Amino acid sequence: MTETAFARNAQGAPPARPGRRFSLTWLGLVPFLVFSTLFLLIPTAYLIVGSFVDSTTGDVTLQNYARLTEGLQLNAYLTSIEISLVTALVGGIFGFLMAYAVISGGPRRLRGPLMTFSGVASNFAGIPLALAFVFTIGRTGLVTAFLAGLGINPYDGGFTIYSKIGLEIVYLYFQLPLMILIIAPAIDGLKREWREASENMGATTFQFWRYIALPILMPSLLGSMILLFGNAFGAQATAYQLTGGFINLVTILIGNQLTGDVLHNKGAGYALAMGMVAILGITLLAYQFLQRRSERWLR
Amino acid sequence: MTGSGTNRLGQGIEAMQGESLDPPVQRERKSPLRFAWWAIFILGITYFFLPLIGTFAFSLRAVPPSSAYTAILEDPKFFASLGYSFVVGFITIIISISLLVPTAFWVRLRLPRARPYVEFVTLLPFVIPPIVLVFGLISTFSRPPLPFTHTDIGSTALLVFGYVVLSFPYMYRAIDTGLRAMDIQSLTEAAQSLGSGWLRILIQVILPNLRVALLSGAFLTLAIVVGEFTIATFLARKVFSVYLSQLGDIAPYQQSAVALVSFGLTWIAMGFIALLGRGSRSRVTITGAR
Repeated sequence: MTETAFARNAQGAPPARPGRRFSLTWLGLVPFLVFSTLFLLIPTAYLIVGSFVDSTTGDVTLQNYARLTEGLQLNAYLTSIEISLVTALVGGIFGFLMAYAVISGGPRRLRGPLMTFSGVASNFAGIPLALAFVFTIGRTGLVTAFLAGLGINPYDGGFTIYSKIGLEIVYLYFQLPLMILIIAPAIDGLKREWREASENMGATTFQFWRYIALPILMPSLLGSMILLFGNAFGAQATAYQLTGGFINLVTILIGNQLTGDVLHNKGAGYALAMGMVAILGITLLAYQFLQRRSERWLR
Repeated sequence: MTGSGTNRLGQGIEAMQGESLDPPVQRERKSPLRFAWWAIFILGITYFFLPLIGTFAFSLRAVPPSSAYTAILEDPKFFASLGYSFVVGFITIIISISLLVPTAFWVRLRLPRARPYVEFVTLLPFVIPPIVLVFGLISTFSRPPLPFTHTDIGSTALLVFGYVVLSFPYMYRAIDTGLRAMDIQSLTEAAQSLGSGWLRILIQVILPNLRVALLSGAFLTLAIVVGEFTIATFLARKVFSVYLSQLGDIAPYQQSAVALVSFGLTWIAMGFIALLGRGSRSRVTITGAR
C-alpha cells in the first residue's frame, strides 16, 4: 500500500519546486499536529511527568508508582480488572453464541435486526443504562417486584444491583452487543466447504469444532474479548451512576482524586492514571497482534 | 456486517445450492440444535428488552401515568441541557471533520510516510479513556498560560476539544476508508489542471465523495456526545446526561421518562447510520459514554 503510493508520488503530477517541497508538504499536517499536541499529547505528558515527580519536594521519584500497591489503589485495580475480565468472558462467550445463532443456527432471518439493535445497544451506556437497570432490578424494580411476588425476592438473598455483581450485569448490556458486532465477520469467514470436507472424512460435529472451527476462530475470539476487557476497564459513568461513586474502581478513584485529592498526593493520582493507560496500551497491542493472526484464515 | 450486497447475494446462492444438494442430511442434523439456538437467542433478547420495559413501567407509576412525560415538556432544563448537548455535538463534528479530512487527504496524497504517526495519534483515545483525558485536560488548562477552566466559555471550549479527541479513532478511520475508495490522485490532478486551489479541491471534490462516511461518523459523534457524562461532569458543564443524572433526587418518574428519551435518541442516530451504510460495516466504538 505504502509502496505503491510512493511510486505514484514519484511519477505523479504537480510538485515542481524541489527545494521547498519538503517543508511545504509537512505544513499540511500542522493544524492536526497543533490540535492533538495541545489537547491530547500535552495533557497526557503532564500526567506522565507528574507521575515521576514527588509533589511535595519536586524531585524525580518512582515512589508514586510504588504507592500503586497500597490498599486503596491496589483494591481499585483488582476490582476493575475482575469486573472487566468477568464481563469480557461472559459477554464474549454469550455474544459469540448469539451471533452464531443468527448466522448459522436457528433464527437466521433475525440477523439484520439483531445487528442493528446491537449497534444501538453497544452505544447505550452510561447514565441512562445504569438507570434502566435500577428501574428493572433495583430494590423496587419491575423484575424484583415480579420475583418478590413469586416469593423469591433476590434482595432477601443478599443480592443488590449496587454491587460488583450488579455492575457486571449492567456492563454486559454493552459488552454483549459489542461482541456480536465484532465476532460476526469472523463467523462469516468459516467456510462451508471446511464443514463439508470434515463430514466427508467422517468427523463428528464435536470433532469439527474441536479441530477445525475453534482453532481458526480462537484468535478472533480472544482478540474480541480483549477488546471487551478494555471497553469495561475504561468505563466510569455507568458505575458512578449505579453506585453513587461508592464502588472502588480505578476510574471512580481517579474521579475522586480529581475532585477531592483523596490520595492526599497529586503524584500518586497521576501514577494511578498512568497505570490505567499502561494496561489499556497492552490490551490494544494484544488485540492488534491477535487481529493479524486471525486474518491468516479468515479472509 | 458482510462486505457488499453482491457478496451477500453470492453467499445466499451458495447456501441455496448446498441445501438442494443434500437436504435430508442437513435437516436431520439440525433439528435438535435448532431449539438450543432459539433458546439462546430468546434469552439474549429478553435481557436486551427487560431494562427498557422496566424503565417504561417505572415511568407509568407516576400519578397520573402520563405525568412523567408531560413534566418533561414543561421542564425548561430538559430543553436547555439537550440544546446545549446538541450545539456542543455540532461544533465537535465541524471541528473534527475540518481537522481530519485535510489531514487524511494529505497523508494519502503526499505524505504516506506520516501515516503510522497520524494513525498512532488517532488511536490514542482507545488507550487514554475519557476519565484520564479529562484529568489531563483539567491539570493542564486550569492554570496559566491557558486557563480554560476559569471561564464558562473556556470550559465549554475545553469540552468540545475533548470530544473532538474522542471522535478521532472512528472519524479518521471512516474518512480514510472513504478516501481509499476513490482515486484521489487523479481527482486532484484533474481539479488542478482545471485551475482549482487546495481549498476548492477539498470542498468541491473530496468532501462530496466522502458524504456517506462523514454523515455516519457525524451521527455516531452526536450519539456519543449526547450520552457522554465523564468529561462533562468534571468540567461542570450542564449537558444532557448530567441533567439526567441529577434528576433522580427531585423527580424519579421524570428521570425514567428522560432515560427512555435518551435511548430513543441513540436509536435515531444509529438508525441513520444503518440507513446510510446499508451493506457496509456497522461502526464499532469503544470510546465514549461508558
